[in-house]
Amino acid sequence: MTRYVVRRLAQMVLLFVVFLTVTWFLLYALPGDIVKQKFATNPNIPPEARQVAIERLGLDKPVLIQFRDYMINFFQLDFGLSFNQYPRKVSDIIAERLPRTIVLFLTALVSYYYAGFLAGKYLAWRRGKRGEMVVTIGGVGLYTVFYPWFALMAIWLFAAELGWLPISKFLNPDEWRNAPFTANQVFIRLFMTVLAVSVFMAAVVLLANRIRDHRPRTFAKLGGVALGVVLFIWYWWGTAGGALMRPYAGDIAEHLILPVAVLTAVNFAGIMLLTRSSMLETMREDFILTARAKGLSERAVRDRHAARTALLPVTTSLVLAVATVIDGGILTETVFSWPGMGEVLVTSVSNEDIPLALASFSFIGIMALVGHFLVDILYGVLDPRIRVGG
Amino acid sequence: MTEQIDVQPGSGASPDLPPPVLTPDAVPPSMWRIRWALFRRSFAHNWKLFRANRVGLVGLGIIVFFALLAIAPTVLFATGIWNSAVYDPVVGLEPNPPVKVMTVVNEITDPETEIDFRYVLLDNRIPNTVKVGDKVEIPQQPAPPDRRHWLGTDPLGRDVLSQLMHGARAAFFLGILAALVTVVIATTVGSISAYFGGALDSFFMRLADLLIMIPFLAILIVIGAIFEFKLWHLAVVIGLLSGFGGVAIVLKSQALAVKVKPFVDAARVAGGSNAHIIFTHIIPNVMPLSFLYMMFTVTSAIQGEAALSFLGLLNVRISWGLMIQLANNQGYLLQGLQYWWLLFPAGLAVTLISAAFFLVGRAMDEVVNPRLRKR
Repeated sequence: MTRYVVRRLAQMVLLFVVFLTVTWFLLYALPGDIVKQKFATNPNIPPEARQVAIERLGLDKPVLIQFRDYMINFFQLDFGLSFNQYPRKVSDIIAERLPRTIVLFLTALVSYYYAGFLAGKYLAWRRGKRGEMVVTIGGVGLYTVFYPWFALMAIWLFAAELGWLPISKFLNPDEWRNAPFTANQVFIRLFMTVLAVSVFMAAVVLLANRIRDHRPRTFAKLGGVALGVVLFIWYWWGTAGGALMRPYAGDIAEHLILPVAVLTAVNFAGIMLLTRSSMLETMREDFILTARAKGLSERAVRDRHAARTALLPVTTSLVLAVATVIDGGILTETVFSWPGMGEVLVTSVSNEDIPLALASFSFIGIMALVGHFLVDILYGVLDPRIRVGG
Repeated sequence: MTEQIDVQPGSGASPDLPPPVLTPDAVPPSMWRIRWALFRRSFAHNWKLFRANRVGLVGLGIIVFFALLAIAPTVLFATGIWNSAVYDPVVGLEPNPPVKVMTVVNEITDPETEIDFRYVLLDNRIPNTVKVGDKVEIPQQPAPPDRRHWLGTDPLGRDVLSQLMHGARAAFFLGILAALVTVVIATTVGSISAYFGGALDSFFMRLADLLIMIPFLAILIVIGAIFEFKLWHLAVVIGLLSGFGGVAIVLKSQALAVKVKPFVDAARVAGGSNAHIIFTHIIPNVMPLSFLYMMFTVTSAIQGEAALSFLGLLNVRISWGLMIQLANNQGYLLQGLQYWWLLFPAGLAVTLISAAFFLVGRAMDEVVNPRLRKR
């Protein structure tokens, strides 16, 4: 397993270097590229200022030297200064935006994967019954819906018409006027507590699965989840630091609900359809017949025999879906004005803010790579054949 | 996302088909005639399988509907039913009947053609330099559907139905071009890397790994920043990305399964060159799966185009994404059902046509991949 992980890590770093090289050459070194057009050959800039810009951006150096400098700086986390928000460092902007995107991405990924798997499992088990057709059509509709349009419709319904949730943005500036914290402090604290509680719950559920008897198992699972919720409430309501931060955290959480729900709804359908077909294939296998012949309950056959096997292709698709979810995230952030990496990418690209665009694109690439890496590891855990082969 | 695909070669010539009948005395018919007969027979067989799937038929129906929509403007303009000054999707404009400005309410006899002077100053759509007796035109856009404009007009006074039809044309052009590029590249790359293996294979597969990993939309956004994107550029880029990406991997695994079949060995023993074996034995057997992936590529191409136009990064005359972008930017989308003709047509069109190609793809999957069929 360790060898497998190390090998995958090395491959990832190599892939990233290739990725960065290609993007750098695309953005900086094409003949007549944007940076040169903007500064070196722009007739609207006075010649002295142009000379200064050329020197500061290093445009007079040979391309390969420029490339070497960029790479060295990149791996020292120095991505230059943003053109449009001029004296600001790109690394500061990224540091501010990255956690917001990661949270959106992680919540959506986990919730849609889980919900889709559950729904697909039941759908396959009820094949041919009434309602299956409706759910399948609904699933295909959600899977292929034009995402920004769907998101806008959701905003219109839940925010504009019903007024339950805020329309867009990350927080409500009116409530933050005298806030003793920065938005990111609160946000990271919120994220950390949620993460800790979810890890705790997941651990309890996994451990509880080892219990053989049905009744104590359910009891342990429910107890663990309840304990997690209690811990969370205790932190935010019971402790002094939590209580002080709570209104601000609540504001951010309120803004988070709609984007996550929409992103989940759209991606969930794909996993559901895939789980369904994967389950249908598994249910034809002989071992399912054997399990039934042994006299196991339908539930045990479904959950312990069919669903376990059907999980593998679904996890493979998760490998492919990482990129799709990031794409969805970019659109989500644009539609909801959620200030994350995707929104930065779109605005910096539209404003030709090349250093920011390149850095945000690279970080989106890193997110995709890390996502893939994690899913690969998960896959290795689930399927022993891969570990042996690696 | 990719469906799980069986690596067994499926349709082509199905095993349960009787061989074409050849009478021994007659002159043997030409090779092409036999091929044509075989093709017709396997097509009829596959069509029967496809027809069994209701959902696939629904998808096919939707595609045909949109294809008719895409052809319609040509007919309507040519027969003169539509006047291009009014119905052009980009520069068309529905002129409003001029209204005469009167002084007092009592003088107005026909409210359709006359307006009260006092209200002229309140209405910012009319220049406030008008005098009594002038004729002014009051823009009524976006206007709700009526007899002349079945789906109403957009905020700039252009016919929504015409935009929808031209958008369908753009979508078909883009989707089909992207799918063709994808399939040609993926089939070639897949077959070649399966057949030769070795360094060539590793190179293409690592490239595919890299391309799968990178978010598609993010690349398109970045490329859209560097080049001015026209519709066919976008189609070719999408085709390249998915052709060298995931589709190549799937087709390669199919080609690998074909490569070990006895007829490939037989062809080699008979002295067939590599090119001959690849083009006449491997590629035809990979074709059914390629067609399947054409369908899925069409879906992702149309979605990608709509998203890029929605973000305003595409230089396109008219498309569904652009229609949504316009309605959104001018604030009509959040006003609710009042402007339903701006809200639904384009968004539903993108959704429906993507769903249709996806459904046809799934139905074809059941034809190509016998293990998925209902027993």
